[in-house]
Amino acid sequence: MSVFIFTIIVLAGSYLAGLLGSLTGLGGGVVIIPLLTILLKVDIHYAIGASLVSVIATSSGSAAAYVKEGITNIRIGMFLEIATTIGAFFGAVLALYLHASFIAVLFGLILIFSAFMSLKKKDAQVHAPKSLWAEKLKLNGSYPDNGQTVEYGVRKVGGGFLMMLFAGVISGLLGIGSGSLKVVAMDTIMRVPFKVSTTTSNFMIGVTAAASAVVYLQRGYISPGLSMPVVVGVLLGALTGSKILVHTHSSQWLRWVFAVVVTFLAVQMIYNGLHQKA
Amino acid sequence: MAAQKTFKDTDMQRILGWVLRVGVSLSMLVVCIGGVLYLYRHGREVVSYQKFTGVPEFVHSPLGIWQGILTGRGRAIIQAGIILLIATPVIRVIFSAIGFVLEKDWLYTGISLLVLLVIVASALTGHGG
Repeated sequence: MSVFIFTIIVLAGSYLAGLLGSLTGLGGGVVIIPLLTILLKVDIHYAIGASLVSVIATSSGSAAAYVKEGITNIRIGMFLEIATTIGAFFGAVLALYLHASFIAVLFGLILIFSAFMSLKKKDAQVHAPKSLWAEKLKLNGSYPDNGQTVEYGVRKVGGGFLMMLFAGVISGLLGIGSGSLKVVAMDTIMRVPFKVSTTTSNFMIGVTAAASAVVYLQRGYISPGLSMPVVVGVLLGALTGSKILVHTHSSQWLRWVFAVVVTFLAVQMIYNGLHQKA
Repeated sequence: MAAQKTFKDTDMQRILGWVLRVGVSLSMLVVCIGGVLYLYRHGREVVSYQKFTGVPEFVHSPLGIWQGILTGRGRAIIQAGIILLIATPVIRVIFSAIGFVLEKDWLYTGISLLVLLVIVASALTGHGG
């Protein structure tokens, strides 16, 4: 395949991945990696590198909008970034020692998990009992909602921190934002309101990804010829997605379709991974 | 200064949002310029990413990238744009640290610096081992 044709295909695929990723809230990384590895036979290390770069672009782009509106909790973000960056560094180093087939299988499993997480109903809990640590670390906050200010408390800071460490490792290992794991840490464990947890997760993803991207750069995972169409495509797709989301609320059927597609891709990756090993 | 006394979380949010937007826009511009050059020069060549072989030397070392930019090599320019993109969230952390200093929030100044330290440490140790 010529460079030109390849670039066009990757650009179009990445646009679609960014669009779907933003409409469903899963992020572009989870779609672009199977697309590159299964359809275009790209080595998973290059795919991870290109995907991670696109993750930084989309998360920073959307974080820019949310942080201005004051929904993002900068303190929760900064504090938990200690965990995600440490995790991301170890994940990126670990990626070098793990067999490509193992990474593929692990990716498939995380993909299925993310797809199911995106289907779960989100409850916007606000009144959580405040914990001592949350008080000390000034994590409790407020956010604007329809002209009103909603106050909220945070609990189980330690548990959330540990979960973030894990989310960081997965992000560094697989080249995805692992937004679904971050939301688990903040939503389910720490009881941060959904609106705040998703925007804060977005805010953190860029920094987490940067910690492993500096390792990837030195390992030669980030190939400019491949990363260029991926990052441009995913970012444009995500922009289109966010424009659509303003007009129509993300519909449940779309999430279902996407979950099915993603699960199919995941099974394919697990199957391929297991067969390479044999 | 009066400006420092009134520096609040909302000011910080505005500045951080601005840093992120400028960083992403600028790096995308550089990547696109490099991409057009790369396609113009290498568009008809055969491509293969099936085997992992790292990246060519001129997009790997800082010196190589710099010389590549000077000689107008597309991939070196793309890589420079990507490095700028990776630097964007890191610059955001630096601005957060400055913001917390202005707010006199020493706990979060320390936390921001710690995050920065982790990123610098992974940048310095990433090539070894």
